[in-house]
Amino acid sequence: MTRAAPKPQCDSHPYLPMEAEVVEFTAESPSIFTLRLKLTDEQQNQLYSFQPGQFNMLYLHGVGEVAISIVSDPQDERLIDHTIRAVGRVTKGLQQLKPGDRLGLRGPYGRGWPMQECKGQDVIIVTGGLGCAPVVAVINYILMRRKKFGKLTIIQGVKHSDDLIWRERYDYWNTLPDTQVLIAADHGGAVWPFHHGRVTDLFSKSIVDPANAFAMLCGPEGLMQAASTGLIDLGLQPERVYLSMERNMQCAVGHCGHCQYGKDFICKDGPVFSYPEISDRLGVQGV
Amino acid sequence: MYGSETGFLARESLPELFSLLHVQGFDIVAPQIQDGSILYQVITGAEQLPSGWQDQQQPGSYRLTQTESPLNFSWANGPQALKPWLFAPREVIWRAEKQPDGRLQFCEPDAPDRKLAVLGVRSCDLAALKLQDAHFLNNRYHDPYYAARRKGLLIIAVNCSHPADTCFCVSTGDGPHAEQGFDLCLTELENGFLISSGSETGNDLYEKLPLTKATEKQLHNQLQQKLSASKQQRALPQIPVKQLLSERRDHPRWDDIAERCLACGNCTQVCPTCFCHKEGDLASLDASTSEHLREWDSCFSEGHGYMAGHQARPEIKDRYQQWMIHKLSSWHDQYGRSGCTGCGRCTTWCPAAIDFVEEVNLICGDES
Ligand code: SF4
Ligand code: SF4
Ligand code: FES
Repeated sequence: MTRAAPKPQCDSHPYLPMEAEVVEFTAESPSIFTLRLKLTDEQQNQLYSFQPGQFNMLYLHGVGEVAISIVSDPQDERLIDHTIRAVGRVTKGLQQLKPGDRLGLRGPYGRGWPMQECKGQDVIIVTGGLGCAPVVAVINYILMRRKKFGKLTIIQGVKHSDDLIWRERYDYWNTLPDTQVLIAADHGGAVWPFHHGRVTDLFSKSIVDPANAFAMLCGPEGLMQAASTGLIDLGLQPERVYLSMERNMQCAVGHCGHCQYGKDFICKDGPVFSYPEISDRLGVQGV
Repeated sequence: MYGSETGFLARESLPELFSLLHVQGFDIVAPQIQDGSILYQVITGAEQLPSGWQDQQQPGSYRLTQTESPLNFSWANGPQALKPWLFAPREVIWRAEKQPDGRLQFCEPDAPDRKLAVLGVRSCDLAALKLQDAHFLNNRYHDPYYAARRKGLLIIAVNCSHPADTCFCVSTGDGPHAEQGFDLCLTELENGFLISSGSETGNDLYEKLPLTKATEKQLHNQLQQKLSASKQQRALPQIPVKQLLSERRDHPRWDDIAERCLACGNCTQVCPTCFCHKEGDLASLDASTSEHLREWDSCFSEGHGYMAGHQARPEIKDRYQQWMIHKLSSWHDQYGRSGCTGCGRCTTWCPAAIDFVEEVNLICGDES
């Protein structure tokens, strides 16, 4: 099964951003924030559509562009949300934006999660690190169409319990039918109610049926590698294990060469890959 | 039908070709001697072509000497040829303008619309051009700047008569004589040039040139030249390098290379198929306008594998592996053939004299 990325929108000039306006700014933590954007041109706004797992290039005037995963729902009334971690020059600048401010946006790019393929199936989502945006998109997507999917397990790993954002969201999700949230912290605080240790320890607790489940993974490569093998051991079919990969992205259209991951360009062949597509490289130093 | 005939253009008639091209609105880019190497620049007349020059190339060394010979093309190549004329080393790809009310406007610069005729394109560089076309043009997304320059390009190939010691185009199947992808193709003989055409535009020119029919002797000389230019000292191994290289990331030779490699990126800069570039922004002093530029980059640079807080290729060994494995292995998957056309530039221009071919042979060769 090969999944092609959807046809690009701005074919004639693939590098030129569109103007977008900040509609809402939400601080999620001191370093993580969500920008809700709207394309200012009505026609572009109408044409814009994306799939969970795809990303946009956001441009901060005079500073530069950065690749950011889209977290809103594809059916949202033309509002595009991006959850961003302020780590570099551009993202720190984006953190200063206020409603009404303008920025550049081009996209959506890449191949997202296999949402069509996993309809009616169980889904297990494994994420490590902070505010892992690509899986937030998929969690929201499934929860908005809850009946179309089977059981859902969300496993979140964090280094330290203090790192967990969206605690209330996780608590709420956990109350939904056929939905389970499992959280593991390498270092839990004194009152940490969840698991101490690695996410892979939690797989056996999942409510999904491994024979009928899809997995979606996001986070550090080491974690994804361990999770992939753990899930396959659990009984998932390798081609139903999907990973969202990350590399330096500058052009997002397969030209600049920075996102190369072996033979693949993560920007156009990914960012979401099935395990067999990249298992030859996963975890190999220097690829 | 073009391409079936071979004519002869006497050396004194070469200016006719220049006039024909000028009449059709072409600027002519041709080899020039500059700073001790051969570079392609715009010239106005055939008399500006350098004559009698020969190149001696070795790993880490490039030397030119001039003889009394009237030949204009008795050398192999210089550090650059076609690539910078199509994929600019640095260019503005768009501009952002901030209006007084805070709105942003994005403008694209005018597409380049210059007609360029490049004289002296080598067979290996034609093969490289095809790969750059595959990357920038015949890909999912289309590069508008490359496309515009490519549209205005006319190619006059000149077959290689004097390959350098660093050349290995025969082993990659890309030389020494050009078979396709040109408008006109020249073989330089003592008194002039054998010419054939490879496109309708080329044929048009061909028919207007003061040619005589090629003699048996001239055609024989052309064949002799091809045979002697095919005798090259270096060769890529005729084994499945694609597979072997990526399987042998643990081969001790990589560590040996990494000790010598300076990660300067010269190899990627001179390589006619490398396409990597970085993007950056240059704001005006009052920050009202900002230009978005792209500039050649290299997988040896610090920034190439850098992502927020993480370096994908921290070691020189990782970077050398990226360069060589991309070139000789990943390229097959990406564009259906190896990314190396045997020009030898990466070896000549390596300040540490790392011999690309020798290293491939060492890593892949010891099958036993
Ligand atoms: S890898 Fe070296 S020999 Fe091959 S095309 Fe590039 S510069 Fe030329
Ligand atoms: S990754 Fe390296 S070898 Fe490949 S095109 Fe870019 S600079 Fe050249
Ligand atoms: S981001 Fe430029 S090639 Fe993928």
